[in-house]
Amino acid sequence: MYNLPNILISTVFVFFCAFPVFAAGGKTLIPPTDFEAYDTPSDNGKGVSLRWPASPSESIDTEYVVFVSRNIDAPFVTEALRINSQTMYEDNSDFKYHYAEIDPENILRKSSAQNNQIRKKEKYYFKLAITSGSSIVETGKLASALPKSDWFDWKKLNNFVLMISFVALVLFFINHARKSPNLFIRKISGLDAIDEALGRATEMGKPALFVHGLNGMGSISTIAAVNILGKIAFRIAEYDTTLKVANIDPIVMSVSQEVVKESYMEAGRPDAYVEDNIFLAASEQFPYVAAVSGIMVREKPATNFFMGYFYAESLILAETGANTGAIQIAATDSYTQLPFFITTCDYTLIGEELYAASAYLSREPLLLGSLRAQDIGKGILIVALVVGTILTTLGVGFVSYLFMAG
Amino acid sequence: MKKSRDVYILFSTLILFFLVNIFYLSMGWLDFWGKGLGIVTGAAFTLAMYSFLYKDNPVFKIAENLFVGVAMGYWIIITWFNILKPDVFETILVPIFKETGTPPQFTILIPTLLGMFMLLRFSKKLAWMSRWSFAFIVGLGSGITIPNFIHAFILKQLTFDSLIAPSIPVSINNFLVLLGVVSVLIYFFFSVEHKGVVGGISIIGVWFLMIAFGASFGYTVMARMSLLIGRIQFLIRDWLGLIQ
Repeated sequence: MYNLPNILISTVFVFFCAFPVFAAGGKTLIPPTDFEAYDTPSDNGKGVSLRWPASPSESIDTEYVVFVSRNIDAPFVTEALRINSQTMYEDNSDFKYHYAEIDPENILRKSSAQNNQIRKKEKYYFKLAITSGSSIVETGKLASALPKSDWFDWKKLNNFVLMISFVALVLFFINHARKSPNLFIRKISGLDAIDEALGRATEMGKPALFVHGLNGMGSISTIAAVNILGKIAFRIAEYDTTLKVANIDPIVMSVSQEVVKESYMEAGRPDAYVEDNIFLAASEQFPYVAAVSGIMVREKPATNFFMGYFYAESLILAETGANTGAIQIAATDSYTQLPFFITTCDYTLIGEELYAASAYLSREPLLLGSLRAQDIGKGILIVALVVGTILTTLGVGFVSYLFMAG
Repeated sequence: MKKSRDVYILFSTLILFFLVNIFYLSMGWLDFWGKGLGIVTGAAFTLAMYSFLYKDNPVFKIAENLFVGVAMGYWIIITWFNILKPDVFETILVPIFKETGTPPQFTILIPTLLGMFMLLRFSKKLAWMSRWSFAFIVGLGSGITIPNFIHAFILKQLTFDSLIAPSIPVSINNFLVLLGVVSVLIYFFFSVEHKGVVGGISIIGVWFLMIAFGASFGYTVMARMSLLIGRIQFLIRDWLGLIQ
């Protein structure tokens, strides 16, 4: 009845099965029951998503390790991921699943000697293990995935819809502004003061100084500042005053030269344009501050314009300008620097007033239409906020999903 | 009279600075060939920059021009080593003339050409070509910024919290956040005159803005004070050795 070889075999089998579970000095390590790998949806074709259920042996000193290989038969030696077992839970899974996105090609390339070799798209194989101290227990299941690139990131669909809707709104209102050019814009006192400030510079026979922020042409605030510069340059050319533009970025400087030159030509004063007045003051933040402060105290401009995106230099520049007795008009969407401009400048355009300024000054249908469309956009956001909050208060949460950032 | 007073102040400060340094060096408290030279230079430029607080002066002008020049030189070196050398020189020119194991990446020629067009601004006849580069930069900048702007400043901000939260302070906080956002947004309405209800709500928005700016002002001033403390520490600890 009792067969000795069978008993021996059974004992050995039970021992080897139980070994991982009671490895590491009796610490129980139970590997996850499942492990899956799949192409990360809506990505650039490099990502692989890994997902597995939480193991009962998760603890602060337990880790998950995922090994990756290009070949199913090759040894799995390259670590693709190593995380603490109590981290990287899948969203909304109530701590029951782990989720990670990795770039296997990048990981394998870094670990390989031929790291610059361009390879064809291929399948990757993954092995999951749970480890604690020196013991490691692998899951029995091997997962594989072939990353594919996608044309469309569906997680950003709402972003796309918002952008298209906004573009449609802008085009509609530009058309509307062309038909009825007297669209109402509320009074922005900082902009009304520009004429007064330029008139003062003309009377005093002193220059007006225009200071861009520190950002390059990729920044929306710099683009808005350059638009305003064009309008100011036009008035300056009419008044026959000197305009100095101190730049920190050579590309912004070149764009400013073009814009100012065009404004002078538009005003019928191309002869008054001096290219050297739009200059590169310095290439770094604080040398730029030193240079512009020096210009302020030596040339004593009657008017200073600070328009664009500013950082720590804002207070030093505006304070120096205030000490020289200049009229100062600032416009920035850098909310950390706005307090300094408000305390040291005569007029400050806050945030979006900077974007509205060029429409306000020029009254061009293109800009007026954009401004009106922005207002409609803000109206839609206010409605969405109020309605969304009321619905959430009433326990209806679907609005959150409509505006979820992908 | 006033000008001569400034000259006296300038020269006495300079003489005092030199005497202090000579005294420290002769006493061996500053090691000239070790860190001493750097400390003395740092102290000189710190004081030169602070001299602007009194008024514009030749010492400040020297420091200002050196600062601008050094920054420009540094920027040129950074441009060469971080951009031109790895992205242009080593990816196109080196592989053409030398066996490097990687073929020349001719696609880099497109941005290189766009960059070279910028230099054509020196030629009156060809300056128009630089506009292509500007158009590319502005277009690319807008194209990248606008979707990111919608993502970061609209979608990421549009989260809806219940006004009836488990605790009263959280409910009040949620209500204040909603009121603040809506009123500030109404303040930035340009198509409507700020009168009546709109005017009233926009005034609430201005209050929210000013409270936020006040907090930001205080916070930043504290950060600036720590910068000042750092400089003063450098002067009295590293340079003069008055504190340890």
